[in-house]
Amino acid sequence: MHEETAVADFGLDTTPRSLADVARDAIARFRGGDLGPVPALLAIVTLVAVFGLANPSTFLSVGNFANLLEQASAVIVIAMAVSFSLLLGEIDLAAGFTAGVAAAVMATRLQDGWDLPSAVLLSAVVAVALGMFTGFMVAKVGIPSFVVTLANFLIFQGILLLLVKEGGTVGIDSELIRDMVGANLSPTQSWIFVVVALVLFAAFELRAQRASHGAVPMSLVGMKVAGTTAVAVVATLLLNENRALARANIEIKGMPVVVPLVLLLLVSITFVLDNTRAGRHLYAVGGNAEAARRAGIRVDRIKLSAFTACGLLAGVGGYFLASQINSVSATTGANDTLLLAVGAAVIGGTSLFGGKGRMINAALGGLVLALIDNGLPLVGKRSVFWLVEVDFSSSGVKAIAAGLALLVAASVDALSRKSAN
Amino acid sequence: MSTSLATEPLLELRGVNKSFGPVHVLHDVDFRVHAGQVTSLIGDNGAGKSTLVKSIAGIHPIDSGEIRYEGEDVVIRGPRDAAELGIEFVYQDLSLCENLDVVQNMFLGRERLRRGLLDKSSMEQAARDTLATLGVRTVKSVRQPIRSLSGGQRQTVAIARAVLWNSRIVVLDEPTAALGVAQTEQVLALVRRLADQGLGVVLVSHNMNDVMSVSDRVSAMYLGRMAADIEVTASTTKEQLVGLITSGQRAGSPTTDTHGDDT
Ligand SMILES: Nc1ncnc2c1ncn2[C@@H]1O[C@H](COP(=O)(O)OP(=O)(O)OP(=O)(O)O)[C@@H](O)[C@H]1O
Ligand SMILES: [Mg+2]
Repeated sequence: MHEETAVADFGLDTTPRSLADVARDAIARFRGGDLGPVPALLAIVTLVAVFGLANPSTFLSVGNFANLLEQASAVIVIAMAVSFSLLLGEIDLAAGFTAGVAAAVMATRLQDGWDLPSAVLLSAVVAVALGMFTGFMVAKVGIPSFVVTLANFLIFQGILLLLVKEGGTVGIDSELIRDMVGANLSPTQSWIFVVVALVLFAAFELRAQRASHGAVPMSLVGMKVAGTTAVAVVATLLLNENRALARANIEIKGMPVVVPLVLLLLVSITFVLDNTRAGRHLYAVGGNAEAARRAGIRVDRIKLSAFTACGLLAGVGGYFLASQINSVSATTGANDTLLLAVGAAVIGGTSLFGGKGRMINAALGGLVLALIDNGLPLVGKRSVFWLVEVDFSSSGVKAIAAGLALLVAASVDALSRKSAN
Repeated sequence: MSTSLATEPLLELRGVNKSFGPVHVLHDVDFRVHAGQVTSLIGDNGAGKSTLVKSIAGIHPIDSGEIRYEGEDVVIRGPRDAAELGIEFVYQDLSLCENLDVVQNMFLGRERLRRGLLDKSSMEQAARDTLATLGVRTVKSVRQPIRSLSGGQRQTVAIARAVLWNSRIVVLDEPTAALGVAQTEQVLALVRRLADQGLGVVLVSHNMNDVMSVSDRVSAMYLGRMAADIEVTASTTKEQLVGLITSGQRAGSPTTDTHGDDT
């Protein structure tokens, strides 16, 4: 104990580590219950395999692949919004309706002859206001977010109903909005996008490797970049195939525009969360609000900002929703979307207890739910264990499957938290 | 005797009073902290130790009395005032975020920026340097999340965070209360090293063994009053300290030994 010249060695920070060391650490972390996005990745692989076997011709078609990505986009964006509340250790049950209201504001303004930028700006302001309202109720008034957003669920739904009129539908006549979900990059543009994205990804990984003084082995970076490149190239090759029906005399090919759009949102938000003070403080408040307060962080301000960001991002998700059907109705953002968005973040590995999670989790979770949504109907009627005949295409089965996925993910979250303490 | 009287105290409280409504908790309390010394603050449950510490921290500003810092009168109205004077606190219930790593915790709330973005490598280097100068050997990586550290390692990080800010005084409220034997030793060694590096250290503790092993001086509180301020010498005994706690008197013989080691 009394070694005068004791000097810390920080062995793990300065000695280069091998791939085996990293793998051992990862396994130790898993044992400790920190699974991250691994369950979601496994779920994606499993679902693709199961549905692919059940109905290879339809499920594994290129058309369905593109379709899947477009279906998932809105849920992923709204799930990213919900992640902001989850990182605080709070929840936003009304994010779907925030999306719906933002979409309805935009659609009705366009209908009244506003130009697109003004309509989008106003709807974004409304989304921000709704988020701030939630944040105010949670951070300043001190109501649990569960209750605030349950109330908002009704209030925002009411606003949506008033905007679109009972049973009404507001069509959207804007090419730009229509193209968000539905348009494709040309095959050349797709390749340019993929190459640029991969180069940037490799550059970032290399920079992190250099900053780690060997703690991140070069071979790991190589594997990550190679793996990502392989997935991206295969996906692009597939998407650049013509996927129009055989008898159609037009060609549909190229990467859906939603892919770069969602990726751009994902990467930029992740960057902000990882590299700014506000981002760091968001994680701190979610991890231990009292510790954050003692460290001089204005906890209520962080909460207010997080819910504001949640509102804005949910509003952006609303544009994706509107773009999917080129219109807004009383059910935009309701039912499925609403619950799936909350579920997606958790299924992707974001903790319900705060302080743990990343935007990529929302994307992976969103894909899992889109896969369930997309794949189950293709399974059709089957007998389960030769006992009961189940119609997997029914919405009943779909709802149960999505609910079970959420429960499983939440159990993993809760149990891993237990084992960590 | 002569050493501590020769130098002026770094922090000196004189005639401090503090009430919570009708409850008069601190009565004309005098308290001194010297640079390069560990001053232990002892006293029975409810004697007013935490209240005294919190009034230095600015959490409970004092009602009357004076606070002198380096010989000058100062007013501490809030935590920021204390931080500006270079007084840092390590609270009993650790103020760490388990989901963040060692560096992130050490710089929490005072992150270094470069061109508006977090300057991660400079913070990491500074964290490592601080831990190294404190002779901390138990923390293998500053990139580990706090969740993965033991109680003693966590306490080490909390203490290192307090000295990262060129602080002059570090106040620790029962830093070893939840630790095992080996970890307690490590933390006490660290506490001693802080003082040897010239900081003024205040240690609030119920454990007389801890107090005896690291303290230069002991201030004993009894029912909201400062009962004694003594220098720890070779002739100081545990029984004397226990006597101060239980009766507020410098008893020659122990009256009871049920109190001292309750942690
Ligand atoms: N915020 C408060 N409001 C009212 N009374 C208080 C408050 N804080 C402390 N007290 C009272 O002041 C007295 C001293 O409490 P304090 O916490 O300072 O004791 P302590 O010496 O730290 O005790 P322990 O060893 O149990 O931590 C107690 O009688 C306590 O009830
Ligand atoms: Mg106390």
